[in-house]
Amino acid sequence: MNAFLATVRRDLLLALRRKSEVLTAVFFFVIVTSLFPLGIGPEPVLLKKIAPGILWVAALLATLLGLPRLFAADHADGTLEQMALSPSPLGLLVAGKILAHWLLCGLPLVLLAPVLGLQFDLDVSTLGILTLALLLGTPLLSLIGAIGAALTLGVRGGGVLLALLVLPLYIPALIFGAGAVEAHIAGLGAGGHLSLLAAMLALAVFFAPWATTASLRIALE
Amino acid sequence: MRQSIVQWFKFASPQSFYPLAGRLIPWFWSAAAIFGIAGLWIAFFVAPTDAQQGEGYRIIFVHVPASWMSMFIYLVMAFWAGLGLALNTRVSGMMAQALAPTGALMAALSLWTGALWGKPMWGAWWVWDARLTSELILFFLYLGFIALQAAIDDPRRADKAGAILALVGVVNIPIIYFSVKWWNTLHQGSTINLNKAPSMAQTMLWGMLLMALCFWMYSIAVALMRVRAIILERERHTEWVKHAVE
Amino acid sequence: MQWNSIGEFFAMGGYALYVWGSFGACVLLMVAEPFLVKRRLSEVRQSLIRERLADELDSQQRSQ
Repeated sequence: MNAFLATVRRDLLLALRRKSEVLTAVFFFVIVTSLFPLGIGPEPVLLKKIAPGILWVAALLATLLGLPRLFAADHADGTLEQMALSPSPLGLLVAGKILAHWLLCGLPLVLLAPVLGLQFDLDVSTLGILTLALLLGTPLLSLIGAIGAALTLGVRGGGVLLALLVLPLYIPALIFGAGAVEAHIAGLGAGGHLSLLAAMLALAVFFAPWATTASLRIALE
Repeated sequence: MRQSIVQWFKFASPQSFYPLAGRLIPWFWSAAAIFGIAGLWIAFFVAPTDAQQGEGYRIIFVHVPASWMSMFIYLVMAFWAGLGLALNTRVSGMMAQALAPTGALMAALSLWTGALWGKPMWGAWWVWDARLTSELILFFLYLGFIALQAAIDDPRRADKAGAILALVGVVNIPIIYFSVKWWNTLHQGSTINLNKAPSMAQTMLWGMLLMALCFWMYSIAVALMRVRAIILERERHTEWVKHAVE
Repeated sequence: MQWNSIGEFFAMGGYALYVWGSFGACVLLMVAEPFLVKRRLSEVRQSLIRERLADELDSQQRSQ
């Protein structure tokens, strides 16, 4: 457990020394969501209808933007190989790295989403559901994305390839995440969507670090 | 018992699998041709005109087999990939790699014929129906697998990375299908129910079955041909390959 | 048999574009794919045969 926390701490410290990288993904999220009303028109009824989808797709893309950095630096300077050789299990360290990635790339999106939701004329209870859905969904995005990041580590054209691999796998998260908000707006209750999102998160917490570790070992061979 | 297991493992080496595949290919081609001719005969000359969809329903005879094969090939691909990862047999990874383009082809055919069926029946080339959408996502999964393997130069690493991706995909396919279905029912309204296939006459079922068998045999034959090419490409510096080509 | 003439068969009750578009695409791709695979296989074979001939020539020259 100590090794896990130490990895989280280390990754956070490293990221705080290079703030611009973290901020890029956050600004991307803000700009993309603000572009949609400009492209579609400022009609409040329409904007309210498409808001959940837009916010979720933007969150998906913003997460994707941060993924290549997840292992690249550690791979380049040999830290990753040291991790693989260290006495603490690699899976634990990898889980720590994923958690740090979520804290840096996912959590800011969750915190920003209610503010951006105001642009789309969402009311307070809808904003609450949106935040809750993102809180359950963004860790899922980080976990699935980590598998893709490990598979494309050090591969030519890694960034674009990563998008091709990961985006289809993000679809269930997108459907249930945006669906939760839509169902709430329609007065159907978001409980079912949110619990399915939580179930997928539980599944991913269990499997994704394991698959990521296996992929990393292949990349390090 | 022990003897037969050893026998099977013999074919896990490229050297003995290469000639075996070569001997099997003509049989699968003949089977594909026979099933195809019989299936097409039923499709065009035996199956009666549908009361609701007229002659347009005959697309079902290629659409459904292509969809079935696209899903089935992904499962087989993941099976070989998993086997390769677990037992470290070289031919397994090559089989997975050989199956992917054929699977993608089947998915593309399913989408194309689906669009051509949709236009006269529902008046739209594309409907965001649960099955069509899942098929599209499956096509993306195939493309991802092919792109990943193409991007990695070391074949051993490409095999293993592809295997993990295929297994992750196989775990995700039911989740994706379920989520798309859920999404589809939530957004009901203008969507038309695809499930209401024309009341299946017995002959139609036979035609579809024969066409599915034809597509199946075709897929095996083409995959075996491709695996032979992959074996030669990868093993070109070994001694046996030099003697395998006369 | 529900076709009275060849023309009727090809017209497919007004669905010609859709039916033949589907079957045509299947036939086209399912002929093209084996053809391309076959070419890939024979390309590897050719290059392997060339390699072997070069090797044999090499060893012949050396022995002379």
